[in-house]
Amino acid sequence: MDEYEQFKTTYFAECAELLGDVEVQLSALSTGSEDPEVLHAIFRAVHSIKAGAGAFKYTQLAAFSHEFEALLDRMRDGRIPVTETGVSLLFRASDILSAMVESAESKTELTGNFGSQILDEISIMVNGKSSAPAASKETVNVATEDTSESEAVTVYLIDFAPKAELFKHANEPLLIVRELKTLGELSATPILNQLPPLGKMDGEEAYIAWQFKLTSKARLDEVEEVFEFVTEDCSLEITSEANLDATEMEEDIPVSEIGNPASPANTPPAAKGPVTAAKVTSIRVDLDRIDRLVNMVGELVITQSMLSQQTSDLPAEQFPSMVRGLEELALHTRELQESVMAIRMQPVKSVFSRMPRLVRELSAKLDKKVNLVTIGENTEVDKTVIEEISDPITHMIRNSLDHGLEGTEERLKLGKPEAGNVTISAEHRGGRIVITISDDGRGINRKAVLMRARERGLISETHTPSDDEIDNMIFAPGFSTAEKVTDVSGRGVGMDVVRRNIQALGGRVSIQSNPGKGSRFTMTLPLTLAVMDGMIVQAAGDKYVIPIPNIVESLRPPKSSLKQLPTGQSLVSIRGSYIPLCFLHRIFHLGGAITDPAEALVVLVESEEFGTTGIVVDELIGQQQVVIKSLESNYKSVAGISAATILGNGKVAPILDIEAIYRISQQDLRNSPLPTASDGLSGVLQDSLARTNPQLATPSIG
Amino acid sequence: MGKKVLAVDDSKTMRDMVSFTLKGAGYEVLEAADGLLALDALGNQSVDLVITDINMPNMDGIGLVKALRQNPAYSSTPILVLTTESDDSKKNEGREAGATGWIVKPFEPEKLLKVVQKVCG
Repeated sequence: MDEYEQFKTTYFAECAELLGDVEVQLSALSTGSEDPEVLHAIFRAVHSIKAGAGAFKYTQLAAFSHEFEALLDRMRDGRIPVTETGVSLLFRASDILSAMVESAESKTELTGNFGSQILDEISIMVNGKSSAPAASKETVNVATEDTSESEAVTVYLIDFAPKAELFKHANEPLLIVRELKTLGELSATPILNQLPPLGKMDGEEAYIAWQFKLTSKARLDEVEEVFEFVTEDCSLEITSEANLDATEMEEDIPVSEIGNPASPANTPPAAKGPVTAAKVTSIRVDLDRIDRLVNMVGELVITQSMLSQQTSDLPAEQFPSMVRGLEELALHTRELQESVMAIRMQPVKSVFSRMPRLVRELSAKLDKKVNLVTIGENTEVDKTVIEEISDPITHMIRNSLDHGLEGTEERLKLGKPEAGNVTISAEHRGGRIVITISDDGRGINRKAVLMRARERGLISETHTPSDDEIDNMIFAPGFSTAEKVTDVSGRGVGMDVVRRNIQALGGRVSIQSNPGKGSRFTMTLPLTLAVMDGMIVQAAGDKYVIPIPNIVESLRPPKSSLKQLPTGQSLVSIRGSYIPLCFLHRIFHLGGAITDPAEALVVLVESEEFGTTGIVVDELIGQQQVVIKSLESNYKSVAGISAATILGNGKVAPILDIEAIYRISQQDLRNSPLPTASDGLSGVLQDSLARTNPQLATPSIG
Repeated sequence: MGKKVLAVDDSKTMRDMVSFTLKGAGYEVLEAADGLLALDALGNQSVDLVITDINMPNMDGIGLVKALRQNPAYSSTPILVLTTESDDSKKNEGREAGATGWIVKPFEPEKLLKVVQKVCG
């Protein structure tokens, strides 16, 4: 496998990092950390080392890491308690692992029974006895693939009925038949009784089922693996009819394959230190320096887009090298910016890892048993975002534990498991990070929320809000449904603050609740607070930016699709549903804009707060990445605007806060028929940004 | 043989590894570094298989699967997503978006070939 030589370098670099991780996590473990993530992390590292070792055929390393992994697996799910002896074994096992990686890298041979003592100890822990054969049986899976020869022949009866989804996922039953054939002798009987007459057949449906009889030496899991991708897209039943040769059951796998771990040799492992120390794969840099870099790149992006705008009508045939140079500058600027942004990306692990402790403390205080599961802690997000999400997450977890989860007794009475489950997960979706916090508690008491909302005058007596609206009222200012005040989440103070803080970051938060089953907070945030993709639109001669993630589509509505309610609310009918319109010129009191929506453009935007709404603008200018400049620090906060940016022509353009825009538009409808015009907002902004930040508001060239 | 495979991954090492393994087995391989570039690289030409990583800048793997499935030209093209160990949620997300199957990273070359043959013959 020397053709893979070039990839081995990457593998060993990765190993060095992983072994470094293992060291760090082990020392956390030895100092009494109870964070379940520690064992998970060690497990993952060993697992990755094993997988690579398998790929590159380092059999001794693969076999050892397999056993090591088995031990870790049992420790992480609690089958083997984490004792002092256990931790000490982990330490020694990781030394052996380091030594094996090193020998694989330097291509030096280790004795066949190197590490066998540790293997023996692992085996005692895992199997309760020191006999290695028991362990070796499992080892077969990774170390060798051709052992099926020695196994018994089984007859499998397989009933397989594909569903339509199977085809939608581009799976193909005939390929499955072909793969089954590779396992042994196969006879297939199609079952056609579901087949409708030709005229009634739907090309997208699945009508044919199959019955297979497979005579094979393959194990059940190998047969099941054939159907790996389609298990949810078919009904499948596999029964093994008979073991034709049951005597083979006791057969032992030759242990010599994996470096003879059964040998009782007691050679002590060579006292090699971990290989990690020599390899430095990261450096620490002062955050200020990075911020400076990010700022400068931001300025560079603006300068570059200014240049390209000013030279856009340069005749290419006259200045070929100039035009090419500008194109390359654009490309390199973009790449530079992405690289710089990547420097600041960090896994959310740093925030997530604080949560187990919080949950432990809270559950003790509240006398509730809680399991915390974290998913996707390696999801990366800009450092500035990380700093900001810790508080909201803490708050939502407190809320879930205090208000969401029932007490132990109540849970048992309801037939729920004694320990409540809280899951916190992170993932990337559509250029944003989505963090969810869910619990299996009682869900939101909608009656109580509605009553409280009415009491506080948050909604009128006559209005009957939807379940979803009720649930999300917990984000309304000064809301508390807890019957009594606790010292954990106080008076429910905070959910409104949580929402406000998240919105200030350009994020959104909402809650879905299922009474009796639990609730789930969903928080989405931009990956970075420094740049974003924006759609530039124009209204009354001024340019505005609408964040691309909010945009569903834009259209010029035909007159027939426009309606107006008696309240003054304009609607546009799109594919059978009516969508409310907000007029940008009304919101910002702009004179001279197109007022008839049939003449203007409608940009459909979406938000968790209000669903879909249409923003009426004069024109779409185009899509571009914009550098975000804070309004608060340069001017003051303005309703309807989340931040500002500087366009290619040096002018400031406000970035719209679509949730606020929608709220303002609804308020305007309630308050007055039509607002009076006042001075344009954009002008005020230009001045103030130019004053406070002269290097930003570069005057337009030419 | 000569089947055409599009390999999409932002890590060059991973692309190299996939590409090298598949080319060795007689496949023709196109490469792209993220979902948007993958759509660019495809144009509208047909391929026999798409293998894509999930976490990528600009357009991630899930986005790519969705985009491809919406295009009638690729509605029945097998798509494999590369996932990491123990990440069942990603597998499911991929499936829901319309992926055909998955390959767990890090994978052995033999395993890759086996799965590729499994879905595109």
